[in-house]
Amino acid sequence: MTVVQARGLTRNYSFGREVVHALCGVSFDVPAGDWVAIVGPSGCGKSTLLNLLGAIDRPTEGSVVINGTDVARMTDREATSFRLHNIGFVFQRFYLMPTLSARENVELPMAEAGVSKVDRNARAKELLTYVGLGHRERHRPSELSGGEQQRVAIARALSNRPAILLADEPTGELDARTGAEIIALFGQLNRDGTTIIVVTHDEELASAAKRKIHMRDGLIVDGDR
Amino acid sequence: MPVTLAWASLRRHGTRTLLAMLGVAVAAAMLLDMVMMSTGMRESFRKLLLSRGFQIRLAPKGTLPFDTDATIENASRIVRILRSNPDLAAISPVLGGTIHIPRGDRVITSSALGLDPRVQGDYELVSGKDPLAPNEIAGNADFIRATGARLGDTLTVASGYDPQTREFSGARTLVLTGRVRFLYGAAHQRAAAMQLATLQKMSGPERADDASLFMIRVRDGVNVDTAFNWIRGRVPVVNIISTKSALDQVDERLRYFRQLAVILGSVSLFVGFLLVTTLVTVSVNERIGEIAVMRAIGISRAHVVQQIVLEGVAISLAGAFAGLLLGLITGRYLNGILSSFPGLPEAIDFFLFQPKSAWTALGLLALSGIAAGVYPAFRASSLPIATTLRQEAIA
Repeated sequence: MTVVQARGLTRNYSFGREVVHALCGVSFDVPAGDWVAIVGPSGCGKSTLLNLLGAIDRPTEGSVVINGTDVARMTDREATSFRLHNIGFVFQRFYLMPTLSARENVELPMAEAGVSKVDRNARAKELLTYVGLGHRERHRPSELSGGEQQRVAIARALSNRPAILLADEPTGELDARTGAEIIALFGQLNRDGTTIIVVTHDEELASAAKRKIHMRDGLIVDGDR
Repeated sequence: MPVTLAWASLRRHGTRTLLAMLGVAVAAAMLLDMVMMSTGMRESFRKLLLSRGFQIRLAPKGTLPFDTDATIENASRIVRILRSNPDLAAISPVLGGTIHIPRGDRVITSSALGLDPRVQGDYELVSGKDPLAPNEIAGNADFIRATGARLGDTLTVASGYDPQTREFSGARTLVLTGRVRFLYGAAHQRAAAMQLATLQKMSGPERADDASLFMIRVRDGVNVDTAFNWIRGRVPVVNIISTKSALDQVDERLRYFRQLAVILGSVSLFVGFLLVTTLVTVSVNERIGEIAVMRAIGISRAHVVQQIVLEGVAISLAGAFAGLLLGLITGRYLNGILSSFPGLPEAIDFFLFQPKSAWTALGLLALSGIAAGVYPAFRASSLPIATTLRQEAIA
């Protein structure tokens, strides 16, 4: 079953009279349970592609269908709700709420989705245990290492059981050993059925993925199906 | 959830939040004081005028009560005319004057009111009894303190005194029967009350039938305006003042006070608004990346707006509550200073606390808190998620 279907994705940015073509008609599919690494030099359009897949940006042309829904044609409100229930985001800089505990950070998307306090509490504990931080649920981000913060961010991304997990340079701020732990966690997640699309410069992370998509100058040059 | 996030955001920079709240508190205190001042004096004066139930006052033509030394002649005739109207329940003629009391080698000077103690509306008896007999006098605390007399003591009281020859005129021997508090007396002003006839006789033949003021209480159920018009037709030689017209005159005299209060109150409100807007805007700018991530993970625009507006309202309201307390303290302090102004009744409050004033100040601050959150909330909720995340990543 195809979870993500991108067709003819084009994204242009205008800077005064100049138009930058960040993506130039990208098409590819991602089946359920796949783990795709999007790689390529800086400025090739990787992050732009991830933003379009995650419905936080709109394509100039083309479509992105996730679980049968074209996210490119959604209103802002629809896209927000869609992201909440169907897409998990992991960012390079973690972006946890500094005054909330690890558990409260994981509960945040569930609270937005209207999950009861009891249920989201149980789910947050379950996820933190899954990422190896069951014993640190009350700790604030400032009391956690970079790797631990990223694990909390991954738990947060999984809280509403999304169809896909999108990660933008998830090991970019971590040392090699901690980065390897996160890669192992992604592997575990994928084995447990999570569909993952990750943008990275990290060769080890890219190599751990089931499939690589190479991009250059806004185009996929290798690896598309 | 917006409440949790707003609270978390405010706690994040606790000292900064506290300082902003203190700033708002100062602005709120100023605002409350100005609201209290703009309405308090009028209300306080109204309560004072109606404190003994007299709704109409007659003063010499062209003056306000005790504004000048002018008096109304033929007071007994006017009393007779007024008593012919059954709608008038009580008539209290009052003569004002100055008395001198020799005590050893000193001469104590005091203001004095001649009145009918049974129907008077000028003082409250604190201890002892009213000066019901022609040879009795009652004094306020300052009078008793200055004379060093005790209740029951006999005092020599004169209406005239020549300091060159040290001669007294119109002297009488009066017994101090009571300690009273004058409702319209200025702070630290010595004052005494005695029978109207006693003061008239002491003041000499030219004031033997004079009064400075008539206070009139209208019978229950009778329209005050009807009584007012009846008196105007029968006693044209006086200035007739109803409570309403007195308040109108007070309003006129206090107009500049109120304008000042409105201007200063508006400035306070605006300063509080700017303070909160600045703080919330700075706070939003600092966590623009976090907000973009919140939007990316599915937090709705509405909840982002609610969170940020809540931050502004929380700072404004917390500051407002602290400011109400501060405003009451400063209001009381300033009231103490202003109430000791010479010539003003001590009982007049410049800063009269009324629940309405507090609600008005709180309401204005809550509105300014909402308004203060609008711009940063709009900015935060409308930021382009992808572009912001990209800029944050580059930064």
